[in-house]
Amino acid sequence: MTITTTDVQTPPNASSTPAKNRAGDRNFSWATRGAGMLILVVLAGVAAFLLLESLPALSADPADIEGGEGFFAYVWPLVFGTLAAALIALIVATPLALGIALFISHYAPRRLSQGLGYVVDLLAAIPSVVYGLWGIQWLAPNVRGAWQWLADHLGFVPLFTGPASATGRTLMTAGLVLAVMILPIITAIAREVFLQTPALHQEAALALGATRWEMIRMTVLPFGRPGLISGVMLGLGRALGETMAVAMVLSTGGFTWSMVTSGNSTIAAEIALDFPESAGLKTNTLIAAGLVLFVITLAVNMAARRVVTRRQAFSGAN
Amino acid sequence: MTTDAVPATATGTLTHRRLPRYAPAVTLALSAAVGAGLSAAVGFSVPAFVVGALLAYMATITIAAGVVEGRRKAVDRLVTSLVYAAFGIALVPLTSVVWSVLANGLPRFGAEFLTTSLRNVTGLHDQQAAEGLAPYIGGAYHAVLGTFLITALATLISVPVGLLASIYLVEYGRGRLARAITFFVDVMTGIPSIVAGLFAAALFGVLFGVGTRNGFAGAVALSVLMIPVVVRSSEEMLRIVPNELREAAYALGIPKWRAVVRVVLPTAISGIASGITLAIARVVGETAPLIVTAGFTSSINNNPFADWMMSLPAYVYSQAMRPLSGSTPEPSLDRAWAAALTLVIIVMALNLVARLVARLFAPKNSR
Amino acid sequence: MNLSIARRGLAPLAVAGAAALVLAACGSDPDTNPADDTENAGDTADSSEADSDLSGSLNGAGASSQEAAQQAWIAGFQQQHPGVTVNYAPEGSGAGREQFTSGAVPFAGTDAYLDDEELVAAEEACGAPAVDLPLYIDPIALPYNLPGVDTLNLRPEVIAGIFDEQITTWNDPAIAESNPDVTLPDLPITPVHRSDESGTTENFVDYLSKAAPQAWPHEVSGDWPAGLSGEAAAQTPGVIQAVEAAEGTIGYASAAAVGDMTTVAVGVGDEFVEYSAEAAAAVVASSPQAEGRAENDFAVDLARDTTESGNYPIVLISYIVACTAYDDAATGELTQAYLSYLASEEGQQAAADAAGSAPISDEMRADVQSVIDSIEIG
Repeated sequence: MTITTTDVQTPPNASSTPAKNRAGDRNFSWATRGAGMLILVVLAGVAAFLLLESLPALSADPADIEGGEGFFAYVWPLVFGTLAAALIALIVATPLALGIALFISHYAPRRLSQGLGYVVDLLAAIPSVVYGLWGIQWLAPNVRGAWQWLADHLGFVPLFTGPASATGRTLMTAGLVLAVMILPIITAIAREVFLQTPALHQEAALALGATRWEMIRMTVLPFGRPGLISGVMLGLGRALGETMAVAMVLSTGGFTWSMVTSGNSTIAAEIALDFPESAGLKTNTLIAAGLVLFVITLAVNMAARRVVTRRQAFSGAN
Repeated sequence: MTTDAVPATATGTLTHRRLPRYAPAVTLALSAAVGAGLSAAVGFSVPAFVVGALLAYMATITIAAGVVEGRRKAVDRLVTSLVYAAFGIALVPLTSVVWSVLANGLPRFGAEFLTTSLRNVTGLHDQQAAEGLAPYIGGAYHAVLGTFLITALATLISVPVGLLASIYLVEYGRGRLARAITFFVDVMTGIPSIVAGLFAAALFGVLFGVGTRNGFAGAVALSVLMIPVVVRSSEEMLRIVPNELREAAYALGIPKWRAVVRVVLPTAISGIASGITLAIARVVGETAPLIVTAGFTSSINNNPFADWMMSLPAYVYSQAMRPLSGSTPEPSLDRAWAAALTLVIIVMALNLVARLVARLFAPKNSR
Repeated sequence: MNLSIARRGLAPLAVAGAAALVLAACGSDPDTNPADDTENAGDTADSSEADSDLSGSLNGAGASSQEAAQQAWIAGFQQQHPGVTVNYAPEGSGAGREQFTSGAVPFAGTDAYLDDEELVAAEEACGAPAVDLPLYIDPIALPYNLPGVDTLNLRPEVIAGIFDEQITTWNDPAIAESNPDVTLPDLPITPVHRSDESGTTENFVDYLSKAAPQAWPHEVSGDWPAGLSGEAAAQTPGVIQAVEAAEGTIGYASAAAVGDMTTVAVGVGDEFVEYSAEAAAAVVASSPQAEGRAENDFAVDLARDTTESGNYPIVLISYIVACTAYDDAATGELTQAYLSYLASEEGQQAAADAAGSAPISDEMRADVQSVIDSIEIG
């Protein structure tokens, strides 16, 4: 962006008003900067707290850590489970959310779409405990057959090695619950961004004879892409950090490649399940696992930022 | 359905041949039959039927459109059916979740549930109620009040901070500070919620004495989780405000801050309100950070700055996972579902308020 | 224009404010003593008039296993003293001990007694030694799901073998040997364990490693051994639900939650004992005090390998830890009164009725009461 405050504020024949304006501008810009700095201060506090609390686990004798082989041997299966569950959730939720968002913004009748948008926002509000209860009572029994089928027919793929879980409470199921949880988040953001696509762009495309899909591909998607990615990242953040739903749905256990059998766990679920009764070094170990989760989310977000900034030409405020 | 209003005639040379308007409906009916046949072949099941019918429909309509209307129209029809299918598939789990909450929550939900606390209710009452010897008692008033106050305080903290920070990032921020804030806001979205709670508990321990727990500490913990969501969603919404609007405002000689407040914010307000609702929704269901900061009680406390305070998610979790009476957990489970329903209704109300705000401030000519 | 903006901005705020006011005005405590209530609840309400000079609030934290019992105790105590509010945060034993030793709460609930290090820290925070009071005894039952099999006798080694996944089918000779009159199905065994770290798991595993040391090679911890697969479920209701959901399952859970499910009779000496409150209290009463504890401390090392008749050895003891002296008179008085109620026959019965725990034996009650009476206040 090239227009700066001074560009606008100093017309050649400036009268008495600019001085007053500048004061208002200065206060406002300081207020916004102050808010930004406050965030940095809070984060510094949280980071210091996290590091301080996890240091004992990182520097402890490997034999004292749960499992007896040191912190990293303890944490990597959890990292795998976290990433796998979040990945399943994203793979399932992103196309669906894109579809719903487009449906609401460009396919559904106007009256219907407003109501739908409202319902989607509402779904984002259902507490994760409810998703957990729903996952155990409704989803797990219903998908059990599908996992059994996968284990029977595609069992040679490491991801679907049997025996399939008898209760259906597997990492795949947990991933599906997460997908349902993040669906409203991605949809809500994508929908808002799609709705903001300049009408002129869309009308121009249609006037050139584009079909509706061509219009969407040429105007809505490029314009909405950074927003869509932001939405996906917010959803991913929730999927990575979700505790209660995973803790309730997943039958946790040791590391296994198979997604359709009992086993695996995620960092957040491990913290939720073990933190209450932990003491001493175990507490530090769990907080250090939290630090790892923190780093993972950070890496994912940085990657997303990179994608978004590369496409910034489409942003209104470039 | 098709969008074009041009009637389907094969006579004109200027218009392309088109499938008749009833084509999708007929294809759908045929596909349903095909799907039924296919699923019957593998042993009937509803998912197999739906998948079969869906695939049959997509294949038929795409090929038909490809033959009659040409490749571009075929792709358009395929995408249309994909979008409708995505919507339909997503509706299944979502309605099932809503149905679960309603069906399980409504029996116990009501004025009595909302206006009484759980003080002095024990498993004995539940056992007697289950045997029909006594009425079902014990509500969630204390938790509703706590959730309302704590969330309101957290919103009061997070929205100004988050909104101002996002304005800074979009309108003012250049150079290192802006980059640092962008980066660290991303980092903040990765804070596990229990860590935010422990941090706030430690902070209040240092500031107000060991073991200080009250509603305000809970609000601070929630703010740590809420601010990054507010910043990220508002930032996204501010960024897509067209530059032409800003430039037009500057050209009229309006100072920058007024341009931001009166032009940029109103244009983006619908998205911002939606983002704030999402942020509230993100934190309103948090359990662990609230127990370590706001405490746990079954009595009413309406002062968020002193004494322990209950919250609805903690109530739901404790009633569902550790029922008052181990032998007859049903009354506790009913309370848990009713409280979950209450939570959803609260967020729905907040959402309405956010939309009201958005509608009041949004420019009149926008969509 | 400005005015209208201001007005428009205030409208939602006013709505929210009004909602808050309405909300704050319309709540009340439930009527827990309807006229036709049972005798013992009526008794507590009657005695409240005489003894209501206490007021204020008392906050404790700790083991979630005690939550239902604490809710019953709090209710009983608050009915005796209407001016008092007692809160108990079920954050977990570890959090409870940590908060107690740092002086954040005046009492805590924990499934494991304070270790030596924590005792030192607690003494520093209290200004006097801290004590462990075993006020909550919960037998752990082993529910199983085998239609048609109503009784099942299992020796400790067999239980260990099943949960260690060495014995994998129900008609294994090791199981058949102690159940001569039962037709066992040819069904795979699915052991169900807790996925969260819990005192229940720790006590169960401790039992296995003490009563069947050869058959149970794993270390004792509140976390289920990582090498074993099996089915995992969160919290007690999760385990119960998993056992109910599939045939061939066996789990372990707080006896109060088992309801009318079939449970294992556990081999003790030459006999097989079903869980019962008396059998659980009996094993606690016959267990020795933990080594190196002060005289007024009731930390016990449970006799898991007991062979005494009528003892049920799979038991969870949850302690209340408290200071023997409180600087703050108000807190001290409240804590003392509350703990006295917990140790009273009435308090123990209230927890047994509501939460299904086993009341502690009368001798132990008397001993604990004398320690509580000796708490120095002010």
